[in-house]
Amino acid sequence: MNPKVPDGPLEYKWRNYQLKSQLINPANKKKLNIIVVGSGLSGAGAASTLAEMGYDVKCFCYQDSARRAHSVAAQGGINAAKNYQHDGDSVYRMFYDTLKGGDFRSREANTYRLAELSAPLIDHFVQQGVPFAREYGGTLVNRSFGGVQVQRTFYARGQTGQQLLLAAYSQLYKMVRAKKVTMYARSEMMDLVVVDGKAKGIIVRDLVTGQLKRYAADAVVLATGGYSRVFRLSTLAIGCNGSAIWKAHKKGAFFAAPSFTQIHPTALPQSSEAQSKLTLMSESLRNDGRIWVPKQKDDSRAPKDIPEDQRDYYLERRYPSFGNLAPRDIASRAAKERIDAGYGVGRLKNAVYLDFKHAIDKFGLDTIKDRYGNLFTMYKKITGIDAYTTPMLISPAAHFSMGGLWVDYELMTTISGLYAVGECNFSDHGANRLGANSLLQASVDGYFILPNTINNYLADEIKVDHPTTEHPEFERAEREVNKHIDKILAIKGSKTVDHFHRELGKIMWQECAMSRTKEGLENAISEITKLKEQFWKNVKVTGNHDEMNTELEKAYRLSDFIELGILMCTDALQRKESCGAHFREEYQSKDGEAVRDDKDFSYVSAWEYNSGNFTLHKETLKFEFVEPIVRSYK
Amino acid sequence: MRVNFKIWRQENRNAQGEFKTYEVDGLTDDMSFLEALDQLNEELVLKDEKVIAYEYDCREGICGQCGVFINGRAHGPHPNMTTCQLHMRSFKDGETITVEPWRAKSFPIIKDLIVDRSAFDRIIESGAYISSRTGSAPEANAIPIPKEIADKAMDAAACIGCGACVATCKNSSAVLFTSAKINHLNNLPQGKAEAEKRLEQMIYQMDLEGFGNCSNTGACEIECPEGISISNIAEVNSSWLRMKLFK
Repeated sequence: MNPKVPDGPLEYKWRNYQLKSQLINPANKKKLNIIVVGSGLSGAGAASTLAEMGYDVKCFCYQDSARRAHSVAAQGGINAAKNYQHDGDSVYRMFYDTLKGGDFRSREANTYRLAELSAPLIDHFVQQGVPFAREYGGTLVNRSFGGVQVQRTFYARGQTGQQLLLAAYSQLYKMVRAKKVTMYARSEMMDLVVVDGKAKGIIVRDLVTGQLKRYAADAVVLATGGYSRVFRLSTLAIGCNGSAIWKAHKKGAFFAAPSFTQIHPTALPQSSEAQSKLTLMSESLRNDGRIWVPKQKDDSRAPKDIPEDQRDYYLERRYPSFGNLAPRDIASRAAKERIDAGYGVGRLKNAVYLDFKHAIDKFGLDTIKDRYGNLFTMYKKITGIDAYTTPMLISPAAHFSMGGLWVDYELMTTISGLYAVGECNFSDHGANRLGANSLLQASVDGYFILPNTINNYLADEIKVDHPTTEHPEFERAEREVNKHIDKILAIKGSKTVDHFHRELGKIMWQECAMSRTKEGLENAISEITKLKEQFWKNVKVTGNHDEMNTELEKAYRLSDFIELGILMCTDALQRKESCGAHFREEYQSKDGEAVRDDKDFSYVSAWEYNSGNFTLHKETLKFEFVEPIVRSYK
Repeated sequence: MRVNFKIWRQENRNAQGEFKTYEVDGLTDDMSFLEALDQLNEELVLKDEKVIAYEYDCREGICGQCGVFINGRAHGPHPNMTTCQLHMRSFKDGETITVEPWRAKSFPIIKDLIVDRSAFDRIIESGAYISSRTGSAPEANAIPIPKEIADKAMDAAACIGCGACVATCKNSSAVLFTSAKINHLNNLPQGKAEAEKRLEQMIYQMDLEGFGNCSNTGACEIECPEGISISNIAEVNSSWLRMKLFK
């Protein structure tokens, strides 16, 4: 595996890359077509910037408008090494925090570039009109996030993702107006078309008419987000899926670290079997909220009746230097540990308290309302409970996919001309992502990195024939998609798609989430394999393919999730160490902390698809500038 | 808990629609409204019927994709809430709940409860941006923005684009949506350069899409999930008047 990391000291790598990379003159850019799949922060950022540079861009999303992409739901903020707070922050410190937060399972050069490009990104968004929080004097405000001891998070109330996405969406539609981007909403990528080893187009299903359409391009960019809906219950939007990257994987793109999934510590707990979604409560709440459970098992008293000395502020107890701001993987596991030990609270005893009483006493109700008002309102709308007067009930939930398509330094996958940006790639976060780094990575990938690396590939594509949709590979791909859809509709079994999704979710949550074992994962692989057989024998989908059919959409997305679930368990089973969010029970210290194995596992696992089997390739992680240490937040 | 859903069914844009009633039993009061519809859809599949088409994505009140008329109100019985945030505890056991799509000339029905809101995208396209390229921004703190101004811009920028304002308005007016976006950008120093052009083009596009005029009933403000104030409309009206009088 060659990650194509440029030479030179860490701080010069990106500059050195840009100096050597090929350029394309503006007249030639017009002749080149680029397809961008996904219109979230990374997709909209990439599509608008590529269009500004002169390329002819087509952008696709499955929602009714680009403005719905799930970046919209990120709440807390976006990190940048501006050092506005004068608290000792720097690009290097941010790089180091991110690398350490990821438990030294990401590439040094990529992580450094993420930190390096963070400051100009804030400039960019301010210029685009993002109403970030401000001091009375007019300068920007920052707050803290988990795993970090400086204040480098910029935010727009609890709606930062929404504001950044809307800025990206506006810029995208500016380029639609300029006729440089053609936008295709309600359009889902069904397959990737590869011609002579290069990505040359996609097959798309028009979700209104059901019609399949072919689109050709000189390069294809996937910006399709995370795949944690494989657990069914997650913080993701219901439509989020792994199908685009899974199709690319089956066509030859290696899938890196598929099992690295972040379980977010502060979501609302599950309350019933019918639940479709676990709502996230921003990590920023941990700035002022204190997490606790009763010291006594099965304590059924109301929280206000439990005196201070009978409360266990377990994060502050176990991790005194980071306290409630311990990184997400650690905070989630600590919650699971308390809940499993019988100290959970709430009706189903599956939650812990997040308490604002101390913060309200200290800063006043108005300050807390100003900081988190919309989150408290959201909590009240969903639960009917006023969290200003009684603690919130929170619980861990499947959240972010650190894993994704393997990409090199240029964000290109193992298929030439196929790029992956944002959450759908594996690049900067290693085995655990720090809070407020996902909006950052999505934006930096889309706005700053890809538009500077794609030229290096396209410069040679000017010289070759442009692809057309008449090519036999397009025909073949379309035929395969048709066959896949017809096959699903023909089963006419006796169980719904949701039934199978619930079953898959249960297996994945039980065996491939916060805590994993050899036995459990082996069992999960065999269970999911059986579930796959059952799905193809017994699923029932009504309606037809040539109409809007929301049930059919769910079915074909789930058929990919089932296969992806097998790969995730295979990956978790193969990695015989604990690192970041990947916690194997067999590899832990006496006090329950992860034990990493740098001697045998300091590599990125990149899986190749071989007709139903997976072959492991390794990208050895070379730490030239940083010595990996045991991660401690005590 | 058992309810009757009286739901608008319509095959496609050109087909004739009608209400159909479905009984759903075994619901619990902590289920969300959309989860109750999910359950109904599962039952329909097992009965060999086509599922009801309705929209949603994030199910946490921010993407703006969900939105139906419930018992004659946009997003259901509570003010300032999205459909996905509505729970069955808001209904009585045995109640008949009428569910319709947004009704507005500029939002044609695609299927059942799904409407086409692309008119909103075209309003955005007509001027809701700041014309500066990626890479051309000055240092973020170079232009201070007082907190009051930033907060006001944020209040307006919070719009989720769900269309409840249009659906609830007796004139199907989109002026709350449009004015919120204009005020978000026109209040910020970065947006000033194009303020008048933005105002003129976005209002022009809004009219072109066939949305009605505002007659100040204030219904939009009550149904808006983000509680966006109708003072945004007044502000835009006053800017419009100033522009026309003094230019």
